[in-house]
Amino acid sequence: MTQLRWLAALGAVLLALVVQVSLFPHLAWHGIVPNLCLLVVVAAALTVEAPFALVLGFTAGLVLDLAPPADHVAGRWALALTIAAFLAARVRQDVRPSALDVVGTVAAASFAATSIFALSGILLDDPAMSVAGLLEVVLVALVWDVLLTPFVLPPLMKLFSRLGPQWATT
Amino acid sequence: MAAWGGHDGRERRWKGLDRLESRNRAPRSLLVALVLASITLITLDVSGGGDSPLEPARRVVGEALGPAESAAATAVRPFTAVPDWFRSKGDLAEEVRELEASNAELRGQVELAGFDRNRLEQYDGLTAAAADLGSALVPARVVAMGPRQSQSLTVTIDAGSAAGLGPDMTVVNDDGLVGRVLRVTRSTATVLLVIDPDSTVGGRVGSSMEIGFVTGSGSLDQETGLDLRLVDDASVPARGDTVVTWGSTTGPYAPGVPIGTITDVYSSLREASQRAVVKPFVDFSALDVVGVMVPSGSESDRAVIEADGSLR
Repeated sequence: MTQLRWLAALGAVLLALVVQVSLFPHLAWHGIVPNLCLLVVVAAALTVEAPFALVLGFTAGLVLDLAPPADHVAGRWALALTIAAFLAARVRQDVRPSALDVVGTVAAASFAATSIFALSGILLDDPAMSVAGLLEVVLVALVWDVLLTPFVLPPLMKLFSRLGPQWATT
Repeated sequence: MAAWGGHDGRERRWKGLDRLESRNRAPRSLLVALVLASITLITLDVSGGGDSPLEPARRVVGEALGPAESAAATAVRPFTAVPDWFRSKGDLAEEVRELEASNAELRGQVELAGFDRNRLEQYDGLTAAAADLGSALVPARVVAMGPRQSQSLTVTIDAGSAAGLGPDMTVVNDDGLVGRVLRVTRSTATVLLVIDPDSTVGGRVGSSMEIGFVTGSGSLDQETGLDLRLVDDASVPARGDTVVTWGSTTGPYAPGVPIGTITDVYSSLREASQRAVVKPFVDFSALDVVGVMVPSGSESDRAVIEADGSLR
């Protein structure tokens, strides 16, 4: 069962990445696209146990770091998505998260992940970008992620909760 | 805690909290481990520089995901290209004609740029570099674009080492310089756009032959454009001047490719160089068909457009 869940999660991440780099640039606003990989990670963090979500966050980040158009220092998205997964997993799970909880978690995770990525760029001096430009990127990315939440999160959460033994069953 | 819920809720709530505890205990160490792993990766990649140990990993992921991206782009193209669908029918012949035209137009632009006018005829005859834009073009299409969140402006094109591409080759389209190839897999290549803040191109002002360096601004907006800094601070570039690349046939950028026109000139008293804003000829937010400049006569898995416009 766990293996099946891993396969489903990895498939979702890869699909999200391909859609993110191949489809969404046509719809992008100033080149900013929704971070679908992040949405997959948040969906996992909200439904299944935290260790799985954390490792999935790391893996998804690593794929984002290494997949073709990427040319930044590898490991930056891995760091950002691991921390985003950790934050999202802190949301209470003893009750089913309401729609508002989900949207709020996505917004917080998106803000945290994009900011951490941007800050790591400033620290590493990877590409020099103005603070105003970074702020624009963070905010527009957040709006994009929240906009796509109703379409992406419910099916993914259903998938993950069906495939996994809930952490709460014990 | 006690504020919400009475005695009845206590049992359930405590159980819930226990679950929360047991669920969150493991991740702490895991979080630390994964964060450290990320930092290790960053360190490895930063210290590795050009031949970082992650380059093989990038290649493997690229080999696996490149065809998927190409397939996705092909699937998406009919929908995104609806406006000119009726016009082109997505035909390969149309594509080739487009690129042939682009090759001819590029050569025309270079001749008009004042770059060739100023160059001595004999010098032209002496150097092999005089074959400037006469090199062959491998046609390719953009299949993926890096998100702005990742802060690097790179695209994936659907031609790779099998099409005769290699790192540091110049990428153009029918308007002008697009960028250079960073790394290739078998079927795809990653291209660094000239508007990336990390990109620096040697530029030459067409009318005065003055040289300088063109760096990207990190914005897809065509007006924000590129920055040109001239080496010689005594010369002031004129508005409307064309900027072309200077370089060698072996270096990353082939010489004589048009980059853009100068729209604004700033001279600061403190800095020792002139700064000009260059508006690129290429619209980077609508990149599609591009050509990669390969040595004439190189092997390729697709039709190559030769310098004289013929198809091979």
